[in-house]
Amino acid sequence: MKSDIILAGVGGQGIVSIAATIGTAALIEGLNLKQSEVHGMSQRGGDVSSNMRVSSNEIASDLIPYGQADLILSVEPMEALRYLPFLSESGWLVTNSEPFINIDNYPNLDELLEKIKSLPRNVIINADKIAAEVGSRRSSNIVMLGAASHFIDMDFDAFKKGITQIFAKKGTETVDVNIKALEAGRKFVEENYKF
Amino acid sequence: MEKLLLLGDEAIAQAALDAGMSGMYAYPGTPSTEIMEFIQHSKMAKENNVHSIWSANEKTSMESAIGMSYAGKRTMVAMKHVGLNVAADAFLNAAITGVNGGLVVVTADDPSMHSSQNEQDNRFYGKFALIPIFEPVNQQDAYNMVYDAFEMSEKFNVPILIRITTRLAHSRAGVARREVKLHNKITLPKNPRQFVLLPSIAKVQYKQLLDNQSKFEENSEKSIYNIYEDGSDKSLGIIACGISYNYLKENYNDTKIPFPVLRVCQYPVPKEQIKKLMAECKEVLVLEDGYPFVEEMVKGILDKEPVKGRLDGSLPRDGELNPNIVKRAITGEKFIVEIPKIVQNRPPALCKGCGHIDAYLALNKALIKYGEGRVFADIGCYTLGALEPYNAINSCVDMGASITMAKGAADAGLVPAVAVIGDSTFTHSGMTGLLDAVVENSPITVIISDNFTTGMTGGQNSHALGRLEKICEGIGVEPEHIRVFHPTSKNFDEMVSIIEEELQYKGVSVIIPRRQCVQTMKNKDLVAKVKELKLN
Repeated sequence: MKSDIILAGVGGQGIVSIAATIGTAALIEGLNLKQSEVHGMSQRGGDVSSNMRVSSNEIASDLIPYGQADLILSVEPMEALRYLPFLSESGWLVTNSEPFINIDNYPNLDELLEKIKSLPRNVIINADKIAAEVGSRRSSNIVMLGAASHFIDMDFDAFKKGITQIFAKKGTETVDVNIKALEAGRKFVEENYKF
Repeated sequence: MEKLLLLGDEAIAQAALDAGMSGMYAYPGTPSTEIMEFIQHSKMAKENNVHSIWSANEKTSMESAIGMSYAGKRTMVAMKHVGLNVAADAFLNAAITGVNGGLVVVTADDPSMHSSQNEQDNRFYGKFALIPIFEPVNQQDAYNMVYDAFEMSEKFNVPILIRITTRLAHSRAGVARREVKLHNKITLPKNPRQFVLLPSIAKVQYKQLLDNQSKFEENSEKSIYNIYEDGSDKSLGIIACGISYNYLKENYNDTKIPFPVLRVCQYPVPKEQIKKLMAECKEVLVLEDGYPFVEEMVKGILDKEPVKGRLDGSLPRDGELNPNIVKRAITGEKFIVEIPKIVQNRPPALCKGCGHIDAYLALNKALIKYGEGRVFADIGCYTLGALEPYNAINSCVDMGASITMAKGAADAGLVPAVAVIGDSTFTHSGMTGLLDAVVENSPITVIISDNFTTGMTGGQNSHALGRLEKICEGIGVEPEHIRVFHPTSKNFDEMVSIIEEELQYKGVSVIIPRRQCVQTMKNKDLVAKVKELKLN
């Protein structure tokens, strides 16, 4: 088993929690893991990404080579496209449809979504809306993880266990909301996409 | 034993705790910050009373660590690469004093300048100081090397330098721990003059350090971290330093690398093994995530050896390596990185509601009548004031340079000259420069933008908290020219008139725009402290 994942977003959007959940799930599954992330200056509203590599074999590089990612998981549509050179020929791009606009020259959203739809394997999901429906806008990132879980070769229960561990400190209510968010994201893709 | 999922930085911290370290010293700096933060949050560190308070700067960190080593205890000091410039005086001399308790120095270098103003390779400092250097390949290596380094430091009576880069510092992987050691007891150095670097003593100790070089070389030669892997294809030999080995390995997945490979992860370089590789192979490629440090040595000034790397264009001269760059150097296979044109740059920016913004808007207004080009800034979030829409600053060179550059410009006749510096940077390296300005009564206006924290690195405590006015008065700034205001849009006119008044004063003024960093509002301890000190 091998999953090379690029997590993408803007500083402060919570890709660290997604990474932590996948990482914990991978440990539960007894898999090897390398996860490289961005700290420092870019966290101030700049573009941030994380290279997440999970494998049953030993992993050499902390960085995913170009053209080898099995999945780009982006919590923001423009950021999804920034990492396109990393996506493999059979890889999936899964992105939130809701833009994070903190620059004056942010592109036209329709054109952006058209560009994403022109890719052979893409999923676009309004994670903010689904998160609000299950009870917390802040769990939008976990909705995204649920949507992307179809394309990560790991047991879905491991993600639930991961969430339970990661959010345990914040209380059972937070854990429950995030589990619901995870399931809702997964269900959305099941119902709306064929793969 | 169960593996822990740790950042490279955290693996270093855990190793130091397990090796019986009694005190850690550091100033925040990306990508090294998480080493100290891990110790600060460690239960084990708390139980063992391990020192883990931030220092004012890297020099004070290094000197405190030397002091702890003097007292016989194991100690570590960590910093970003440019931090070692600040600590260099103490660092180089510590190689000559030697150690009593084990002393490990960690430098976290930043090739590609993800969060820095240069990409200096601090292996040069290790060589400069004539001490051994470890350069881990991965997180487990980082753990093992730090653990071993304490032992080695005490055995060879020398500080050990651990050099990592951003990628390893901020990447997580499973790490297995080793046996936890007890802390050293307090013991004074056997030789009471060991730490007295009078010329007569320093000469003797420097000779000892020089004599020890052969021991360090011998140790490198048989090090478990310098591994020679033979390969059948001798058309190329590869020297892979530190993390670059991973990028090489990535290109051969689960198959064996066909070429002979020498991993160089402990310095001084293992000369004999390098000679062997050179003798066996037609040409040699040197992979280093940093400057061509080993490459230059191997190539030599006579340039007689067939050496490929950063100097002949096989690899880019600057920037971080990655698997594709390494592959191209070996196979010639090119790669194209095409980001769709619709994607725009998203540079970092000051946060919404940040006090620096209000200070800059007022400063820009007050400076209109004097014209552009007279604002010298410093290292921190407020450096982002250089970008649109503020265009508020004209320099950012090194920690503390704002005040001294403003002074120099004023000396040249550029009056008024303005310095912009953060509270934490001011106590790091701004105070001595302010003293220079006070002594000459230089016509400069120093804006200390006080947000009660070290913001850019994630909101660590600032030594300046509640002390700024007293420090400035103590240095000799006239109390009536120390002006404090609360930077908000509501106070805009008041801020502009205060700045205008001080710009007209032909001496040293300090203006303190003071408001808590919006990123730290969840930090209950800080909020309580700010309230207690009546700062907001």
